[in-house]
Amino acid sequence: MKQCCGGAVDEFRFYEAQKIELPASLQEFIDQWKDKPGNLIMILHRVQEEYGYVPRQIAMKVAKELDQPLAKIYGVITFYHLFRLTKAGKHTIKVCIGTACYLKGADMIIEEIQELLGIHVGETTDDGRFSLEGVRCLGCCGLAPVVMIDNDVYGEVDKANLADILGKYSE
Amino acid sequence: MPMTRTIFISDNDPVLHDALVTALRDRNLQETTRVRKTSIFGLSTYSSLMKVFPENVMFANFAASDIADMVDSDFAPNKFSYKDETLPFVGTGPVPFYHKQYRIVLRNCGVINPESIEDYIGRQGYKALAKILSSMSQEQVIEEMKASGLRGRGGAGFPTWMKWNFSRQVEAAEKCIVCNADEGDPGAYMDRAVLEGDPHSVLEGMAIAGFAAGAQRGYVYCRAEYPLAIERVERAISDAEKAGLLGDNILGTGFSFHIELRLGAGAFVCGEETALIASIEGNRGMPRPRPPFPAVKGLWGMPTVINNVETLANVPYIFLKGGAHYAKIGTEKSKGTKVFALTGKVKHSGLVEVPMGTTLREIVYDVGGGILKNRKIKAVQTGGPSGGVIAEQYLDTPISYESLSELGSIMGSGGMIVMDETDCVVDISKFYLQFTVDESCGKCSPCRIGGVQLLSLLNKISRGEGENEDIAKLKQISKAMQVASLCGLGQTSSNPVVSTLRYFADEYAAHVDHKKCPAGKCRALIKFMIDPEKCRGCGLCARRCPVKCITGESKKPHVIDQSQCIKCGECFSACKFKSVTRD
Repeated sequence: MKQCCGGAVDEFRFYEAQKIELPASLQEFIDQWKDKPGNLIMILHRVQEEYGYVPRQIAMKVAKELDQPLAKIYGVITFYHLFRLTKAGKHTIKVCIGTACYLKGADMIIEEIQELLGIHVGETTDDGRFSLEGVRCLGCCGLAPVVMIDNDVYGEVDKANLADILGKYSE
Repeated sequence: MPMTRTIFISDNDPVLHDALVTALRDRNLQETTRVRKTSIFGLSTYSSLMKVFPENVMFANFAASDIADMVDSDFAPNKFSYKDETLPFVGTGPVPFYHKQYRIVLRNCGVINPESIEDYIGRQGYKALAKILSSMSQEQVIEEMKASGLRGRGGAGFPTWMKWNFSRQVEAAEKCIVCNADEGDPGAYMDRAVLEGDPHSVLEGMAIAGFAAGAQRGYVYCRAEYPLAIERVERAISDAEKAGLLGDNILGTGFSFHIELRLGAGAFVCGEETALIASIEGNRGMPRPRPPFPAVKGLWGMPTVINNVETLANVPYIFLKGGAHYAKIGTEKSKGTKVFALTGKVKHSGLVEVPMGTTLREIVYDVGGGILKNRKIKAVQTGGPSGGVIAEQYLDTPISYESLSELGSIMGSGGMIVMDETDCVVDISKFYLQFTVDESCGKCSPCRIGGVQLLSLLNKISRGEGENEDIAKLKQISKAMQVASLCGLGQTSSNPVVSTLRYFADEYAAHVDHKKCPAGKCRALIKFMIDPEKCRGCGLCARRCPVKCITGESKKPHVIDQSQCIKCGECFSACKFKSVTRD
């Protein structure tokens, strides 16, 4: 992936990006935050809520709106774990690898999911159905080991049940 | 008709609440029974919890479909009654889990509906703020805080009054208060519980800090991973503003204080003050050298007081009861209570608030109910990746900032992880180091390079390739990181290594000298074998083996092909005759 914002090709894309029409609610959010100091992270969260990741063209549009260099936005996106530069799968599997879950076998859970889906942590299945992520503590250590799929939390997960759990999301 | 009964029900699943309300309505009891949704009661091992007053009975782990029967039986003790394995206890009277606890920070968690400002006000909420604004000077507020002895609950234990006073003494047109709710320690969720269970107490604490320091603005910097906490804080801010308890001219006293919410985006280092400031400013969250300290020059150059969620939740209580009363709780230098997130190999995981000076053993055994499967305790880890492990023989030490640091750990934000004899210290150190290596921002080289080197040495040791000089190298690199790193993350990230080396030198030696992992965790060092004397040839292990490397005829001893074995341990846990051994 190209990571530099200079060069003739990008200048053209930059020009193109200005013409993108953002969804009205997103545009409204940006307008509302535009003049507040320290708005970038809040706006990136909103962009990601809309698209599931931060598309390059949208980042360019945000750069223009906020009058910030694209390089700074790229720097912020890559610094924080939650921001993504690529599209996630339809369902995101988050395996907690916090301390309590680790002690109760989170590594085995990850291995089993990798085995079942044929992807590694940070990857998306070829059919775009699942992405697999390891996350730091979901804050429910009492239920360890914990797996979260989209917004559903599964506690005390046994690797024998994983196939059944994933099956619920095969639609 | 008078209300004769109040039922508190956990709010993690709205279905439970709705089922209860429906069941009561069907039986025409809705006029006499008050139902309150509330956040967790601290016992997070249970998926559902319900507390019934005035009987004071508690039920756990029931499903929505069980509720109708419970209403029909007039909440008589049944199979869902909260039971404690350690004490002969059935459903009524004081619950052992809460017995040694002293709830200040969690005083309202599980008691009020966190989405109702009226509930908070009903528990003397905002009374402390009103008292201060109407009758106290900034100096008096700081004096009261000094008398209370409250120290920062985020980890370092800096006296809270001093932070406030530093900011107060700086002359500036604008100052601000930041609530650090970027709870990144794996295994810690105290702040989450407070923000979800009692958000107003944090806002009130911030407003009081604002008055004392002379600030007009406040920011809550919250982890984006906590959507419910975010929602409740936002709602609490707007409710408090509508009620005139935040915003312009609070309670007509002329004091104005505005609070805004800002989100993190998943970076552990942002819990460090200067990195947190960079993050709120919308930049990469990298720390900078101090001084200047944030109290003098912080967010956008303003004098900034940064307090942790738990610290702020203590503040209203201090002013309701008086600093002197608060100072009676705890030890000589560590006052008040501390909330711990007790997890790991303990029977009752959950949030525990105990007075400072309680011993680790009391927390693990009396509150936590002892070790799972009645195994032997090995150590307790406090303070997360910045803390250390404390060996079993020191469990009787009363907890305070000083005592924990003497033992080579830290109070930290309050993660407390119990380890048993099946946990390997090399493996645990690797886990924490992996975390800090991932989370190092890369700005300073001791942390960036030192962490990677420590981790590679630990990996080498757990693979069975450790050499004698590696232990010395671990110590040397750890020392360099402690003294030369830019921020708290790098200075403390070698603590797990240093503390395990201190208490479990033998276990490191077993890995290095004898290429053995006594806990049976480091896969390269263990070997599973089948004892032909004990094996009955049932074939269960062979069926469970994921790589099909166990062979043998029916009813005759089986054999593991060591060259194919991936050491997953399936056969070990499957065998009903204990014929699989781990060496």
